Amino acid sequence: MADNNVKLQVKNLNFFYGNFHALKNINLDIAPRMVTAFIGPSGCGKSTLLRTFNRMYELYPGLRSEGEILLDGNNILGRDVDINLLRAKVGMVFQKPTPFPMSIYDNITFGVKLYEKLAKTEMDDRVEWALRKAALWDEVKDKLKQSGNSLSGGQQQRLCIARAVASRPEVLLLDEPTSALDPISTAHIEELIHELKEDYTIAIVTHNMQQAARVSDFTAYMYLGELVEFGETDNIFTAPKQKATEDYITGKFG
Amino acid sequence: MANSTLSEPLNVQDRSGSSSTMNTSIYRRRRLVNAFNMGASTLTMAFGLFWLFWILFTLLQHGLSGINLQVFTQSTPPPGGQGGLANAIYGSLAMTISGTMIGTPIGILAGIYLAEFGQRGWLAPATRFINDILLSAPSIVIGLFVYEVYVVSVGHFSGWAGSLALALLVIPVVVRTTENMLRLVPNTLREAAAALGAPQWKITLYVTLRSAKAGVLTGILLAIARISGETAPLLFTALNNQFFNSNMNQPMANLPIVIFQFAMSPYEDWHTLAWTGALLITLSVLTLNILARWMGSQKTQSH
Repeated sequence: MADNNVKLQVKNLNFFYGNFHALKNINLDIAPRMVTAFIGPSGCGKSTLLRTFNRMYELYPGLRSEGEILLDGNNILGRDVDINLLRAKVGMVFQKPTPFPMSIYDNITFGVKLYEKLAKTEMDDRVEWALRKAALWDEVKDKLKQSGNSLSGGQQQRLCIARAVASRPEVLLLDEPTSALDPISTAHIEELIHELKEDYTIAIVTHNMQQAARVSDFTAYMYLGELVEFGETDNIFTAPKQKATEDYITGKFG
Repeated sequence: MANSTLSEPLNVQDRSGSSSTMNTSIYRRRRLVNAFNMGASTLTMAFGLFWLFWILFTLLQHGLSGINLQVFTQSTPPPGGQGGLANAIYGSLAMTISGTMIGTPIGILAGIYLAEFGQRGWLAPATRFINDILLSAPSIVIGLFVYEVYVVSVGHFSGWAGSLALALLVIPVVVRTTENMLRLVPNTLREAAAALGAPQWKITLYVTLRSAKAGVLTGILLAIARISGETAPLLFTALNNQFFNSNMNQPMANLPIVIFQFAMSPYEDWHTLAWTGALLITLSVLTLNILARWMGSQKTQSH
């Protein structure tokens, strides 16, 4: 039933903001333990697509999706799916760092505590593990009790990645995770993506084409709600099949 | 005023964009309008502050001399007798505190509902509308309402009736500030918590409400400041009590009504006590307001 080479399978997905048809018949397979990048101009629907993978759109009235998204063969858009459990499996990091108004330690444990009961020492280990995964441990190990807001922007974003990783999701969605960060923090996070893909399936939305080329194994180019081209990143960037894709990645677009 | 501040800078931009020479007559006119508006707003501000300081000055002038230990230790005296305001201070504190205790949780919960759960359906808009009416309702109406509903049915005035009336004044203020403060919390924070699989109540309690904590507390302080000077709702509910009474089920003395009664009397020593009580209320309201301001500024600093 479930194809071993497909973690997330998008089938005939349509998405509507009220009357606006934002995603048009998307079909796409996301491979496990790979990085899949979504590129395209603003408003092309790449963030919308990413936000259907954890049904983030459910927070707002008037948004709806049609079609299927299969996670390990199970349709996550089904009516009987427990959305909270889905989101525990499919973590997400946002464009702007969003530390919770609590200590660094509590930021990490917030998600873990929702679905696991750990003893104090186990929790300490988990926090250290997550912060190490996010390459933040050395910088914050002496100030875990401090507020998450006291960190710099780049550190806050890595804290958010650590928080997402800590509850051990299967899929990690990154929605322009470096667009608010300086080049050094960006480089940190790109290295991180390389390391994280050993354990996680990663989908990343980015405006930065070099970033897509650097970090991803597969790339999807979207335009006006349609998936124009999808394939291995090397092919997309060196020999795109569609003229539109070539125009966009070479900067001739528009 | 708003019109001129909006249009003037645009004028200058147009000028510099379309031609290289600046039209000095337009610029001079703009400076003149600016000077006039600045002068007018400074004057109106001075006008407002003048009365405020006069009130404060008069209160200090008449009330300060009356402040001594007796005020805080003895109950309201008969005319010509020795006494203080201890029963009124105690009653005001007791009713303000219990009124806040009753009104605040209801207000916070309703505010949370409006901000976090009320996006769909008709209940939230209806609640918001009714709350706005309650917010602007004259406090004497609230007093009459509690009199009719509570005092008449139990058959006597009481501290609880006063607390209830004050609680009804606290609720709309806290509802409004809680909703507004929660709406200021960026949606990305809610999304981030939801993305971890947190249920709505945990998102609200641990993330949104925590972010808005300072603002919500400010709202509560402002509500306390509002009710601590209210006279009308207590007139029909707590009434007054000449003696020290800590039984909330009995009529209770309170500062606003004692001030009202003593100030209307022909006795000089009662007048002094009324001034002292007025000063005490004003100072505590002032302190609460300053505290609320300070907490508000703490919030903006941490972000």
